[in-house]
Amino acid sequence: MQITRRMEFSASFRLWRADWDEARNREVFGPQAGRKEYGHNYSLEVTLRGEVDAQTGMVMDLKELKDLLEREVGQRFDHRNLNEDTPYFQNRAPTAENLARVVFDLLDEALPARLLKSIRLAPTEDLWVEVQR
Amino acid sequence: MITLGRRYRFNAAHVLARLDWSPERNQAVYGKCANPAGHGHNYELHVTVCGEPDPETGMLLPAGKLDEIVVGRVVSQLHGKLLNRDVPAFEKEVPTAENISRFAWRALEGQVAPAKLWRVRLVETSNSAVECGEESR
Repeated sequence: MQITRRMEFSASFRLWRADWDEARNREVFGPQAGRKEYGHNYSLEVTLRGEVDAQTGMVMDLKELKDLLEREVGQRFDHRNLNEDTPYFQNRAPTAENLARVVFDLLDEALPARLLKSIRLAPTEDLWVEVQR
Repeated sequence: MITLGRRYRFNAAHVLARLDWSPERNQAVYGKCANPAGHGHNYELHVTVCGEPDPETGMLLPAGKLDEIVVGRVVSQLHGKLLNRDVPAFEKEVPTAENISRFAWRALEGQVAPAKLWRVRLVETSNSAVECGEESR
């Protein structure tokens, strides 16, 4: 059985690697790279796969999942600058791919073993990244 | 395993009818979609690619690069067209949602390097969609 919960968070970032010069940053990330911050309202869907508990009738209490998402994702990333306010993007750019992997690993660590099946992170309605176990 | 998806939109008209069938048979199989005057849809095309993000750039494939490929090879071929008349692939093949998604798959397969095409989803109306992937092609 799979259950999915969705949340949103808003974050800003610069696609810029400090260990590259300006020309290389612009070549890879485009002419606007690093010139200014920009941000997204990210939509995050988290899917768990597990057995339904015979007593509770639940794979996981969705309120508990909601609180866990707030703790692990909301408090770390919501209304933050991904480059400045989080430790994850010192040596890698905060692309959707890299952010999705960071979020997957944080949730996988926080949830009971192997309960996390996949996440879908969408910076906009026209672009999304999925990470599966 | 990591995938990157992107949504595109296009509008197109079609008639669901086979030229080698009688009007009655087309009507029986395709119903109102066989109306010879044609009808149109606002399509959404969801293209998903998989692979390993480049360790330096953190990207599977820059979204702008994917846009160039998908718009060039699929969207601009279909947008604003009467599919049966204007798109050679549908001269003999009925432009059902299934066949349009297969058209997109064939046009994109092998073209999204260094990523790999994973799935094509064609949304014909908010109530109907078709998916074409490695396993369901």
